[in-house]
Amino acid sequence: MSTHLSNHHIHLAARLSGLLPLALFAAALGLVPGIMAGRSYRAAVAWVPALGVDLSLMIDGLSLLFVLIITGIGFFVSIYSVDYLHGHARTGRFFFFLHAFMISMLGLVTADNVIALFVFWELTTIFSYLLIGFEHEHEKSRKSARQALLVTGAGGLALLAGFLLLQIASGTYEISQMVRAADDLQAHQLYIPILVLLLAGAFTKSAQFPFHFWLPNAMAAPSPISAYLHSATMVKGGIYLLARFYPIMGGTAAWEATLVLVGGFTAVLGAFTALGQTDLKKILAYTTVAGLGIMTMLLGGQSTPSMTAVLTFLLVHALYKSALFLVAGIIDHQTGTREIARLDGLARSMPFTGFAAFAACLSMAGFPLFFGFIGKEIMYKGVLAETMMPGLAAAAAVLANGLMTAVAGVFLIRPFLSDRVGIHLETKEAGIRMWSGPMILGMITIFFGVVPEFVGRVLINPAVKAIHEPSKYVEFAIFHGINDPLALSVLTLGIGAALYVNRQRVNCGVCAVYRAVSLDASQLYEHVINAVAAAGKAQNRILQNGSLHRYFFIVAAAFFMLTAFSYVRGMQGFFGISITMPPVEQALLLIVILAAAAAVVMTRSVLLAICSLGVVGAGIAIVFLTFGAPDLALTQLLVETLTVIIVSIILLRLPSLGSCDRRGRGRMFCDGALAAATGILVTTLMLTVLSSPLDRSLTEFFEKNSYLAAHGKNIVNVILVDFRSFDTLGEIIVVAAAGIAGFALIRRRRYNS
Amino acid sequence: MTRSVILATATRFLVSMILVFSVYLLLRGHNAPGGGFSGALVAGTGFALYAISEGAQSVRRAIRIDPLWLVGFGMLAALVAGLAAAAAGKTFLTGLWWTIAEFNGREIVLGTPFFFDVGVYAIVLGAILTLVLALEEDLAADIKED
Repeated sequence: MSTHLSNHHIHLAARLSGLLPLALFAAALGLVPGIMAGRSYRAAVAWVPALGVDLSLMIDGLSLLFVLIITGIGFFVSIYSVDYLHGHARTGRFFFFLHAFMISMLGLVTADNVIALFVFWELTTIFSYLLIGFEHEHEKSRKSARQALLVTGAGGLALLAGFLLLQIASGTYEISQMVRAADDLQAHQLYIPILVLLLAGAFTKSAQFPFHFWLPNAMAAPSPISAYLHSATMVKGGIYLLARFYPIMGGTAAWEATLVLVGGFTAVLGAFTALGQTDLKKILAYTTVAGLGIMTMLLGGQSTPSMTAVLTFLLVHALYKSALFLVAGIIDHQTGTREIARLDGLARSMPFTGFAAFAACLSMAGFPLFFGFIGKEIMYKGVLAETMMPGLAAAAAVLANGLMTAVAGVFLIRPFLSDRVGIHLETKEAGIRMWSGPMILGMITIFFGVVPEFVGRVLINPAVKAIHEPSKYVEFAIFHGINDPLALSVLTLGIGAALYVNRQRVNCGVCAVYRAVSLDASQLYEHVINAVAAAGKAQNRILQNGSLHRYFFIVAAAFFMLTAFSYVRGMQGFFGISITMPPVEQALLLIVILAAAAAVVMTRSVLLAICSLGVVGAGIAIVFLTFGAPDLALTQLLVETLTVIIVSIILLRLPSLGSCDRRGRGRMFCDGALAAATGILVTTLMLTVLSSPLDRSLTEFFEKNSYLAAHGKNIVNVILVDFRSFDTLGEIIVVAAAGIAGFALIRRRRYNS
Repeated sequence: MTRSVILATATRFLVSMILVFSVYLLLRGHNAPGGGFSGALVAGTGFALYAISEGAQSVRRAIRIDPLWLVGFGMLAALVAGLAAAAAGKTFLTGLWWTIAEFNGREIVLGTPFFFDVGVYAIVLGAILTLVLALEEDLAADIKED
């Protein structure tokens, strides 16, 4: 049934898979000169024209920065994964998910239509789910994947609602047109609901307090995935959204206060928690939370320095954090552990990986001559330029950066430089495909740190221009002279050193706080999940207890109640119903059908019950025939025949019916009453329908067009396969699904026993 | 269950006629009572009869392919019939017609709705056979275990 590609082919395909991101990266580089010259590129095709939804893509400076990060790091991650997954049984699936994610992410950052943006947004959520749960044999992977899916998926739904409100308020789905209506939007009465919904989407995706708990759990994913999705690209989707909508929604008091407070708190909380972790990937996950918090906080400003700082730090963070995650993956791959206490001296046994870790950590700590230093200088310029609470923002930034400096020390000093447990003696350097990625990312970090004005001119400033019209660009330089940002940078390094030395004590304090208050919504999440599961079990106990009798009773009772309710509500008295005596032959037929139905209910013989059932069906078929519906009669007769055959396959092998019926008298009375009531209701309905005049317009249409337009004289068949064939398509899909499901049920019974 | 000689003899004779009748119903459906659904029910009845009389294995040998493939084939036929219109620039599932011959001055036309009906036929027959054969085998195995 399935074709198996050999491992050889999959491995070859995996090796070549880096070509896709590389080609896209090269193509994106080709757009750089145009974007620098102030142009933007746009393409659109009609998608759902009836709703005014186009699949429109636009690349401006902001999109281009993201595209370069996504494709560039995607390239290194693809190469790296070849060795990381070598010999894994699901390599093919991994690379499919990885590249499908990359395409979705590219769609997210280039979509101009908000509906398209939403679709890409959800696609990244789904591929993130599949990749976190990649090692699905482990329960932890499955749980973490589900958590990430539910948290970011709920945010995604809020985002969709926000987009729809945005369309109502602005009259367009295109972001580029919303920008022009920004002033009206901010004065619109829907502004606050829209803001809340957009922020819900962005905060869940970018792991902001109180939704940040899913991100550290997402570390169940393979390391290259953590590097790619959960530090460099997907979690920055929320940041992208905030940046993209900053010109539309930003600059109000509500926007600024929320972003500064939530972002600042997330930054400090994430950084404090990171310091206490002992697992390399957990450390990196919490610093990612902190980094995203800083970006959110900076987006709460409205000045050129703030926006420049967001986008610079975005690039800084993507470079060093993906390098560090890849390094953590190498360490895990080569030593089998990610626990700091069990690692030492790796710089000696793994010089290339060690170099990458060194460059990335120093960038994270913000040492001069590394790109992180430039990012931090501009960041301080940015927070000091905030209109809302600049002092608070600066304090949060300094504290978070100080903590990150200390964390960089934790990541670097003991695992790479110390000599305690001796694990480095039996550790070998990984293959070139694994260390080359983080190494090159580390070298880029140094290169960008040395030529900041080049990066600013080519990448950052065009991106800033896309969301904020600057009166004067921020100057990118290694040394700006003695000023406030430089003082804060020095202060940061001092705080970092102090925190590193006292990290045990700090950690005790953090743990005490955590014990006292729950600092995230994970408990709420657990409660909701458990409540849903409990509700499911309860309804299963009541509604689906495995007894066919119970199912049938519920279905019939629900049908009766709903139909009777709407019938009584719309009733205009029984006066409309007129009953005419049927002709003799029909009356006789009726008596036969009734007698057969009574026999089905009363008999204890299986064979008699089956035959009587057939008589009922055949009698109804004849009724159809007498009213001039040969097609219906034919189908009814055939279905009835087949039913008799299938039922006899089963029932003839069962004991006599009487011994199966263990219902008490009360139960039997209930069933009888329900059956009678349903029968009377349906009869009444039929009579009511018959007593109102028949609308023949549809019939006339079909009579007129059946032969001319559809070349058929049998109207029923023409309706089924031509006029209403879409309905039929749905029905045959149901038939196919029912066949497959029934087959599975029958087979399952055998396998289980 | 003991095998009935009468049923076995009658079945062999009947099944071939039932199957011919089923194809006849499928083909005439557009102009007279019948069509893919009715045709498939008739064919399903025939095979079910055969399964009761000769056992599920004989039916499997006779039809050669797994009935689930019939379901898949039917879905494909129905979708292709629908997509042909889309390929021709019309709305999905619009009927396309070709004149294939003239007979006594009347045009004989063939259209995508026919292929759609063939799809319906295959899916319904496939689903019926899947269930009937699985049931028959399952119950036969039960009896053997007893």
